This record gives sequence, structure tokens and C-alpha cells, in this order.
Amino acid sequence: MKKAIWQFDFYNTRIDFLRWGKLAMGWSVAVLLIAVGSVLIRGMNLGLDFTGGTVIEVQYPHPVAIPQVRETLVKAGYGDAQTQHFGTSRDVLIRIPPRAQINAATLNNQVLTALQNAEGGAGVTLARAEFVGPQVGHELVEQGGLAALGALLGILAYVMLRFEWRLAVGTIAATIHDVIFTVGWFSLFQLEFDLTVLAAVLAVIGYSVNDTVVVLDRIRENFRKRRKGSVLEIMNLSINETLSRTTMTSFVTLLSVIVMYFFGGTVMRGFSVAMIIGIVVGTYSSIYIASASALYLGISREDLLPHAKESADDRP
Amino acid sequence: MPTPYSLNQYPWWKYLLIGLVMFWGLIFALPNLFGEDPAVQISGARANITVDAVFQNRVAALLDADQLPHRRLELDGERLLIRFADPEEQLKAADILKDRLGRDYIVALNLASAAPGFFRAMGLNPMYLGLDLRGGVHFLMQVDMDATIKQVEDSYVDEIRAQLRTDKIQYSSVGRAGSGGVQVEFKDAAERDQAAQLLRKSLPALQASEPGPLSLKFTLSEREVKEKRDFALQQNITTLRNRVNELGVAEPIIQQQGSDRIVVQLPGVQDTARAKEILGATATLEFRLADEDNDWNQAASTGRAPLNSRLYKDRNGRPVLLQKRVMLTGDSIVDASSGIDQQSGGATVFVSLDGKGAKRFEDATKDNIGKRMGVVFIENKTETKRVGDELKKTSYTVEEVINVATIRDRLGRRFQITGLESTREARDLALLLRAGALVSPIEIIEERTVGPSAGKENIAQGFRAAAIALLVIAGFMTWRYKNFGMIATAALAANVVLLIAALSMLQATLTLPGIAGIVLTMGMAVDANVLIYERIREEQRNGNSPQAAIHAGFDRAFDTILDSNLTTLIAAIMLFGFGTGPIKGFAVTLSIGIVTSMFTAVTGSRALVNLIYGGRKLQTLSV
Repeated sequence: MKKAIWQFDFYNTRIDFLRWGKLAMGWSVAVLLIAVGSVLIRGMNLGLDFTGGTVIEVQYPHPVAIPQVRETLVKAGYGDAQTQHFGTSRDVLIRIPPRAQINAATLNNQVLTALQNAEGGAGVTLARAEFVGPQVGHELVEQGGLAALGALLGILAYVMLRFEWRLAVGTIAATIHDVIFTVGWFSLFQLEFDLTVLAAVLAVIGYSVNDTVVVLDRIRENFRKRRKGSVLEIMNLSINETLSRTTMTSFVTLLSVIVMYFFGGTVMRGFSVAMIIGIVVGTYSSIYIASASALYLGISREDLLPHAKESADDRP
Repeated sequence: MPTPYSLNQYPWWKYLLIGLVMFWGLIFALPNLFGEDPAVQISGARANITVDAVFQNRVAALLDADQLPHRRLELDGERLLIRFADPEEQLKAADILKDRLGRDYIVALNLASAAPGFFRAMGLNPMYLGLDLRGGVHFLMQVDMDATIKQVEDSYVDEIRAQLRTDKIQYSSVGRAGSGGVQVEFKDAAERDQAAQLLRKSLPALQASEPGPLSLKFTLSEREVKEKRDFALQQNITTLRNRVNELGVAEPIIQQQGSDRIVVQLPGVQDTARAKEILGATATLEFRLADEDNDWNQAASTGRAPLNSRLYKDRNGRPVLLQKRVMLTGDSIVDASSGIDQQSGGATVFVSLDGKGAKRFEDATKDNIGKRMGVVFIENKTETKRVGDELKKTSYTVEEVINVATIRDRLGRRFQITGLESTREARDLALLLRAGALVSPIEIIEERTVGPSAGKENIAQGFRAAAIALLVIAGFMTWRYKNFGMIATAALAANVVLLIAALSMLQATLTLPGIAGIVLTMGMAVDANVLIYERIREEQRNGNSPQAAIHAGFDRAFDTILDSNLTTLIAAIMLFGFGTGPIKGFAVTLSIGIVTSMFTAVTGSRALVNLIYGGRKLQTLSV
């Protein structure tokens, strides 16, 4: 019985995933090098939350041309402001880099007043304004990094308790892989990396482990259940057996995030993109990075035989 | 192994428990269905102004007199709530009421839950919406603690100088040391030793050291530094609170964050320029002798003050005549706190002055014992008004007498203001004295403003995304898992209800990222069902009977589900710890959603499966 791929019926697959294990590892290493390289060379397009500065979103009662807005701003002394349309031609987004001035906090009011007083500016309303002082930006960068590190360590500790160390290392390797890939993507395409994207990255850290746990649980179960077969064979079998599960769970979560991308509004777009990348890469990495790392670290059947009370899978 | 017939049946109490939890969830989620009414909230501007049934009738009469349509008036504790059918009526009524009621009352715009009154009486409230959803402004302010400590050291410089002068000890210089502290230089060692002895005794709070043969250094003790920092922070919070009252904000939040920051959240405030002007106003105090020679009421009726006097009003609007000469200004106040007088047992305020101020005050009070003295609170404000096409800034001051007391003694560095009516009045006076004392500079370091229409749009988009996600997931699950998919959908809906119930109960703030968290939780909640159903399919393929497959599916998938949810929970908790504002909202909904999904997707859907399939003989299973 052959079914189309969109039915996700991967029950009888016998794909020799780990035959390409080395290739996949090589590919992943290359991609990660590009990602890290991009972060180092191109850097991140950090959002206002991290750089500090001012963002003002205004709405005109009628469509407005960007050069006109820019001219008003230059006249008012904001030559360093970036201006762009946002959503419709009536919405304008203005970014102003951090300033040393003490009255930076009142900047958005001054800009709004300047726009309102300019020709054709009557009826301009403020939709959103954010000002972040440089010290707050620095702190957020620091705390964000710490939170990501904390999440990784917490999960490492948990996986270490639950699994044998090689599987734990594989899991963390897969998670780090997903994080670097996601962050690298944002760097390579210079997408804005703000607080919500950081939140998404942390959610990816948590979620990426889900798929991995499904595969690893099965590997452990199969090692205990089956007396025959090489390590490689059992791992391949486990990956095949759980293939419909890992793809299905990822797909369902992906559905909700894609809906968010299209319908959640512009504020959540960066968040959605990071989640989409993280979920897709997470599915790949639970197969190739987590399992393959454990394999190359030399995992064996003895490592996974039950030591003590773990007898859930030995029931009749 | 139990027989297939007894498999997949829950004892009755489990169904009951699940039923109770769902009932609880529905009750708590219910208030969210009613939406919100535009409302105007009125409360007393001061402690002695009460909002009661009499006041309610007065407002009702005002509304009727101006033919302002309104839904109804409600007395809710110490505030009066007037509901309107639409925001236009609300704005119009607010403007008129503000005008009619004057400065004794705070008239604020509010959105009041439209749920029937008994919900609130039972403590059931809708979710608390964050500023990004309701519109408003968020400020993070930082108190300049270096400047605060500098001010304290400067006042010690004055004090040391004054003391050395009174005791006729020769010194060459007194000043703040570059590395902090106060350094005094002398011309010879004997003078220095004499000064060291004197100052150690009179300034026990300072730590003295001798960095050189001809110098003395005093540094603030850690305790005092901490006290001064706390004082500066509290002083600023007090000032901000007073100002915010004036802005007319229904549910303002003014909170300390960390050791030197203050968060101010003003829901519904659109005019941030005005908010900043009012928050940034500076206040000072002046102590003046009362004019005892003229009739205060007479001066008030003519509106003209006698020569050398000025006419003021106290907080209740009564006239007060004070002399023009200022005895002392607020800059000299180091601390003010309320307490109980040891002798009379009445409410009192303790005031401490710095050295220079104490000297001045002593001189001013010693010849006026038995006379009365008034404290004037002066606020300098700026207001931006549109004049023609231009926006113009105007400055003005508001002066008000906050206390009149009789001078009983020569007043020095520390004195008390007694004879206050209540501890509450004492507390208010202490707060105002602190607000008018030498202020520590404060700076806005973060500001986030969301316009009201943008807030509404955010809510609409968030809920639309959530609804579509629910539909898409429901459709997909039903297509793939047939009846079981519908069960998963029911469990998912139950999860959303429980999540909303938990958010309403905890009154956690719902933000736009919070809604993203809800949507994400939906996707992750059905993951558990997917894991279970795939396992059931697999068990069936391995030749197990339908009942046994269901049993094994739920049983074996559980460990995996627990693992994956726990790891996500770890990440969510880390995010919560790091979180600022909206991001915290994401962490909250994600964490709660994970916990509730464990209940609905595993226990809840199992109960449904058991109810439908349990205890029956099944040939096939459509999963």
C-alpha cells in the first residue's frame, strides 16, 4: 500500500538515515560555520530593544510619500532618522538611533509634533512609540544571553538525569545546532532580532528537545527490547519507527506558528519566522545531530540496558 | 493484565474530578465573554473626600442636567463608576465632569468589565490586558543615585564647615573627595586632632579616617548609603504617585524595580507629552510665618492680601495668610517620616534638616515661639497648548498650604509637627514634605507607548490568529485521526478554556507575545495527542486488540510527553526570570499552557476516549 507523502504515512519506511550520517554531520558543520561566520562578520541586525534608540510608528489620515516625511524630519533636525512605510502607505515607521542627549526620552513627542506641524500633517496620530536607553539595551543583551545559557544548562541537566550521557550530549548538540542555525539565519538575511525573536529562540530551545526525546526514547526502548541487530541498525529502525511521530508533531506546531505569521500582525512576524526555522531545523537535528552524535560517541547496547527501576517497557 | 473489557475505564471519581476542573475553568473564563464598557471612574483626590451614595446622587444630577446619556452608575468601594454605551459619550462626559467637580476629585477614563456585578462580587474578573493590548504608556525611570549620594555629601560639607566655624577650629579646606566622602584639610596637626574629636562625636553616622597627617576624611557608612538610596527612591515614587493621580488614570502602576528604578504604567494615556510634563514637574517647599495681624477670611473675600503677606489656600480650599519672608525652603529637608509622638500619643511627622538649614531655621524660629507657621507646597509645571498652528509651552506654578502649626520651641536639625488629626494625615504630610525636599534627579530610560487604536488592532489580530490556529489544527487532526482527532480538538478547546481561566484567576497580564504563547501552546498541546495516537496505531499494527492498543498508547506515550513538556517548561521559566514586560507575558502563557495541556491532552482526552470506547467490544478502531 503506497500512499502519497502528504499523508505522512511513514510507517513502513526503511530508510537508512544514518548511512548519510557523516554527510549530514559534515553539511551541518559547514552550515554552522557559515552561520557563526555571518554573526561574526555581518553581525546581527539588532532591534531597538538591544541597541537603544527610538522607534515611532505614526498613521496619516491619507497616503503619504516617504520623501516628504523625510524632508520634514531633516528640517526638524532629525537627519539621522530612517523612514519607511509599514503595512500601508498611510503608516510610517521612523527609527532614530540612540542619542547622547539627556532629553532623548522626549524625542518621540518632538518628532510627532514636528510631523503634525508640517504641511499635510494635520491628523497624524501616534500608533506606537518606543524609546530604549542605551543602558537598558546593554542589560537586555546580557540578560538575554544568560537566559539562553540558563535554559541550555537546565535542559542539559534534565536530559543527563533522564538519559545516558552520550544521548544527553547528542540532545544538547542538536539544540545548540538549532539555536545557531536560527540566529545565523537572522544574521545572514539581516532580519531584525528583537526581544520577541529572543523569546522565540528560547522557545525553540525548549521545543527542539521534544522531537529529540521522542527519537531517543525509542532508541532506548528498542535497545532493551531487541536482542539482535547492530547499534546502527537499531538506531535506524528507531528513527524510522518514530518518523511519522516527529514529523507530525512538528507539522502541527508548525501549523499554529504559520497561522501566527500570516494573521498575528507585524509585531509577531519576527517571532513566527524564528519559530518556523527552529521547528523545521529541530526535526532534522533530532534525527541527524542527536542520534548521529550518540552513535559517533560510541554508544552501545550495554549503555542503555536497564540498571534499576526503569521497567516501564518490560511489561507484558 | 486486566481483561480487555475492564481496560480503559476510569473510576467515577476521576470523571467527577475532570468535570469539576472543567466547571471551575468555565466559571473563571466566563467573565471574558462580556467585553468591556467605556466608563468614567471618579475617586476622591484626597483622604478627606469621600465618594458615597450622596456623591453618587450629585453626579447623577450633574449628568442629567447636562443631558449626558449614560448606562448606569455604580459605587465600587471608594470609587464611582459611570458606564457609557460608546467612547464618544464617555469622553464628553469625562470632560464635563472634570470641569464640574474641580480638583477635589480625580476623573479618569476606564474600561470596565461588562460582566454582571455578581461576577466581580465573587472575585471573578476578566484577564488583565497589558499595555500593548489596551493602549497606554510604560515608563522605566532611573533615579540617579550618584547624584543622590553627592547631594548628601554636599550637605555634610556644609555641616562640617558650619561646625568647625562655630567651634573656631582653623581649617584650610572642606570638600567632597574625588573618590567619595568628605575631606577636610588643616594647617596644623593639633587643630586636626581637635576637629577629629569634635566631628566624631557630632557625626556618629560617618566613618572617620586619617589619610594624611593634616587631613581628615569622612565617608558614609554602608547603612547610611542604603538609607539615602531608599529614601531617594521612595521620595520619587511618592512624587510620581501624586502626579499620576493628577493625570486621571484609572489603574496606574507605580512600582519599584531593582534598587534604583521605577516602573510607571499608565493604561489608556494617549497624550504622552502631557504625561511626561506632569511626571517631570518639580516641587519645592517653603516654610513661612503666618500673618497673625490680619483677618484671613476678610483677605480671602476681597482677594487682596495685606502688604508683606501673601494669600494662599490650604488643601481644603480655606484661605491662609502667610508672611512674604521665607524661613526655610525644601532643599534643606533631609528626611521626613510619620510616627507617633512619645508624649502625647498623637500622630506626628518627624522632620530632619541639613546643617545649613538647621542653622537658618533656628535663627528664624527662636524669636517666634508661640506663633504659627505654614508650609507651602509649590509645584512647577509646564503645559503644552496648541495656539493656532503652533504648539506652545507655558510654565505655571501651583501653590498650596499643606500644614499650619504653632512653633512651640526653637526648631533645629530635628523637629516634629504634631497636632495632626490622624495617622493618615501624618503620612500624607510626610509624603508631601519628602516630595518637596531636595529631589534626586530621575531619568526616563525606557518608554513604550501604544496608541489605543493600535492596541485594539493588536487584540483583534491576536484573537483572530488564535481562532484560525484552533480551526486549522482541529481540521487537520480530524482529517488525520478521525474520531480521535475530534477528541483531541475537544481537549484542545478545553485547554484554551483552562488557560484563560488560569490567566483570569491569577490576574496575570496578557500581552501580544502572551497571545503568541497561547497559539504556540495550542500547537504543542496536540503534540501530546499525536504521540498517543501514533502509538495506538503502532500497537494496532503490531497485532494488539483495539482496547489494548488504546491502553498501551496512552500509557507508553506518557513518559515521552512528560519529558518534552518539562524541557519546554524549563525554557519558559528561564524566559520568565529574564523577562521584561511583554516577554514575561509570553513566558506566563507558555508555562501555564504547558501545565494545563498535560491535563487536557492526556487526562482529559483519555477520559473522553474511555467514555466513548471504554468497556465495549471493539472490532476496529478508526484512529
